[in-house]
Amino acid sequence: MIKGKKDFSERIIHGGFLLLGLLTVSCVLTITVYLIISGIPAIKEIGLVNFLFGTEWSSTAANAKFGILPFLLTSIYGTAGAIILGVPIGFFAAVYLSKLAPPKVRAVMENAVSLLAGIPSVIYGLVGMIVLVPKIRELFKLPDGASLLAAIFVLSIMILPSIIKISMTALDAVPKEYEDASLALGATPIETYFRVSVVAARSGIATAVVLGVGRAIGEAMAVMMVCGSAPNMPDSLFQSVHFLTTIVGSEMAYSSGLQRQALFSIALVLFMFIMLINAVLKFFLQENKEV
Amino acid sequence: MLNNQLSAKRTHYLVLMKALMALSVIFMIMLVLFLVGYVLIKGIPFVTPEFLSSGVSYLNERIGILPNILNTVYIILATLMMVLPLGVGAAVYLNEYASNKKLVNSIEYAADILAGIPSIIYGLVGMLLFSNHMGACLLAGALTLVIMNLPVILRTTQESLKTVPQSYRDGAYALGAGKWRVIRTVVLPGCVDGVITGCILATGRIMGESAALLFTAGFAHALNGFLQGLQSAGATLTVALYLYAKVEGEFDVAFAIAAVLMLLTVLVNFCAAFVGKYYKRRNSL
Amino acid sequence: MKKLVCMAIATMALLGCLTGCSKSSNGVVSTDGSTSMAKVVGSLGEAFQNNNPGMKFTYNATGSGSGIKAVQEGRCDIGLSSRSLKKDEKAQGLQETVLAYDGIAIIVNPQNNISDLTVAQIADIYTGKITNWSKLGGSNAEIVLIGREAGSGTRDGFESIAKVNNACKYRQELSSTGDVITAVAGNPHAIGYASLASVKKSVKALSINGVIPSEATVKDGSYAVQRPFVLVTKKDKALTDPAKKFFDYAISRDANKIITAVGVVPAN
Repeated sequence: MIKGKKDFSERIIHGGFLLLGLLTVSCVLTITVYLIISGIPAIKEIGLVNFLFGTEWSSTAANAKFGILPFLLTSIYGTAGAIILGVPIGFFAAVYLSKLAPPKVRAVMENAVSLLAGIPSVIYGLVGMIVLVPKIRELFKLPDGASLLAAIFVLSIMILPSIIKISMTALDAVPKEYEDASLALGATPIETYFRVSVVAARSGIATAVVLGVGRAIGEAMAVMMVCGSAPNMPDSLFQSVHFLTTIVGSEMAYSSGLQRQALFSIALVLFMFIMLINAVLKFFLQENKEV
Repeated sequence: MLNNQLSAKRTHYLVLMKALMALSVIFMIMLVLFLVGYVLIKGIPFVTPEFLSSGVSYLNERIGILPNILNTVYIILATLMMVLPLGVGAAVYLNEYASNKKLVNSIEYAADILAGIPSIIYGLVGMLLFSNHMGACLLAGALTLVIMNLPVILRTTQESLKTVPQSYRDGAYALGAGKWRVIRTVVLPGCVDGVITGCILATGRIMGESAALLFTAGFAHALNGFLQGLQSAGATLTVALYLYAKVEGEFDVAFAIAAVLMLLTVLVNFCAAFVGKYYKRRNSL
Repeated sequence: MKKLVCMAIATMALLGCLTGCSKSSNGVVSTDGSTSMAKVVGSLGEAFQNNNPGMKFTYNATGSGSGIKAVQEGRCDIGLSSRSLKKDEKAQGLQETVLAYDGIAIIVNPQNNISDLTVAQIADIYTGKITNWSKLGGSNAEIVLIGREAGSGTRDGFESIAKVNNACKYRQELSSTGDVITAVAGNPHAIGYASLASVKKSVKALSINGVIPSEATVKDGSYAVQRPFVLVTKKDKALTDPAKKFFDYAISRDANKIITAVGVVPAN
């Protein structure tokens, strides 16, 4: 019967699309499974506590040590530094562009921010290498400018565009009635924007910060070019350091045996970090939605 | 008479906030001007027609970036060819077929996760999944980039699918069309703008990607045709920039590549904005 | 219908590409390894391609340690190493053929007024016993130690000759010869080591015990800090035809002209 034939082909097509739809889920599962399978062996052999909290990483020495605390701390400090520098600048710029800027200025600045967002990270690394590192060396009278500080500067500049864009979207979405009510009560425009609009848009701004954190923790190329590439504990801002991302990028090519597996374990730790941040974000958003 | 003056505390607050905003915006403007200006000034002098159209020759001590430009084009083409059917298909499923709310949510959540994974992890997984089996080649890089750009295509296609009015679909059903026919003839043509926007965004991302390609596509300066290129290792423009700056110390070349990339980024941004405006005008007619 | 046909063609093209993705397909020689050998191998490969139209030569600059791994795992035809193979590497079925000898130049910034050091002084600098240039007659500034990554053949050569294996405390551990040159050129108080053939005008090569590094002093052995450029192959696996052709060409006398032009001393 015609109807039966149509039904069958319809069901095949439905099934085909279902498979495609499940593709994203299967990708995530594949990535997670591969990372776990590759990362667990080294952690087992080195011991979880020694791995996570060991302070010495000498992967090719005769008596090899695989403690990743230096990289964990560097990534945490680096991201924190990037957030401390980048969020205030991005936040204030976003408030201005969303609320106070004339339409033409806003359009031009939005294009500029989009351009910044699209610039490949190697270009940030190149300019950092040529301009920032020597300047840091001269300014702080250091023997060498490639350091945690250089990486923090580069990272904060790189997360600016996404912080601005997302904060602007959140601020734009604040209902005009809130602002009008505040103005009617006698607040100045600026007081309104900062005390009412920003507070109303806080979940969007929090999303922007969390995404900035994710971007900063995951950046590899630009940071590799300015961080100094030495597995030191980040005792000072001017120390030559390695991040979780950069140690993987640098040593993967020539690694073998336990060293290679340890690098995969680092990737697993990084992945878990990101998932944790995403979960925190989701939880935070859910909470605010119920409010 | 009413005293309309603000209290000292409020005035100080006003001045402080205004100053902070002004500083931030001025910083942003100077940052953009400096970055773009510095790269172009340092790089454009070395971007000659010969530079753009020749390969690398050790014997003649000449460096040209034609192989890298071609590699970039090949990888963009290969990735788009593969990610479009997959991403559009997934979006169609989510929008047209899926009925289970939980399934839709988990697929969208999975897409969000994929979008947030750092590119160096993609490089590692791509190495494990693809490069270890087929050697370092552009195809392995393209496959890795497919997974990376799946969320972008999915999201933009989904958004434009949502703008297709339900009345279009209902009309087609009323005329006796089956679901697949409706999708093929009514829904898909209506979401072309989303697909094009997604392509442009993905192209921009692929052009700027480097960490994911280091371990999967390798770095080589050979001049190849499309199929041959896919099978061999090759450095795209961004990977080449990293190589020339960090490995070989040829900064003139590195800045020239940076200038080329900067101009291409501006071009891609411009195309995206243009397409967005064009379709907005068309849809509002 | 049209879309299905398009998708089918795309899939078939994709499958076609995948089947062609074998490692050493006809006419391709793949090499991988030392960054110090970039110029030598690049020039030889280019000359090889010019003499044998239809053959393709590729070179991945990943570092000696990585190149040795690559040839062992079958990911390339010939591995390139700027140091001799270690015992355990030979035990894993690898063999080495010396292509040339290259000096390791100890480089400082041109602004540095020091121009000669002894091996003992260099060892003391790199182990941290001497930390200020003033102790050697230079300006009062902290010495900035630049070195290579752990798998580097250049680092291995330097550390074995200076007898400071794994005892160096580097300020920066960079992954290529070119990067070390850049770092030293950009910092007036830096010292580093790099392949002699790659040294640029932007840095100054020191003389060791009075011997100036050059091809001549490397050849007669008076410049002690040198190491071999080595082609690494598998003992039990025969090279593919294109790879064998390249291999024979590289170690033949015809290649010597190119090798010397790069600044390295041919072994044959």
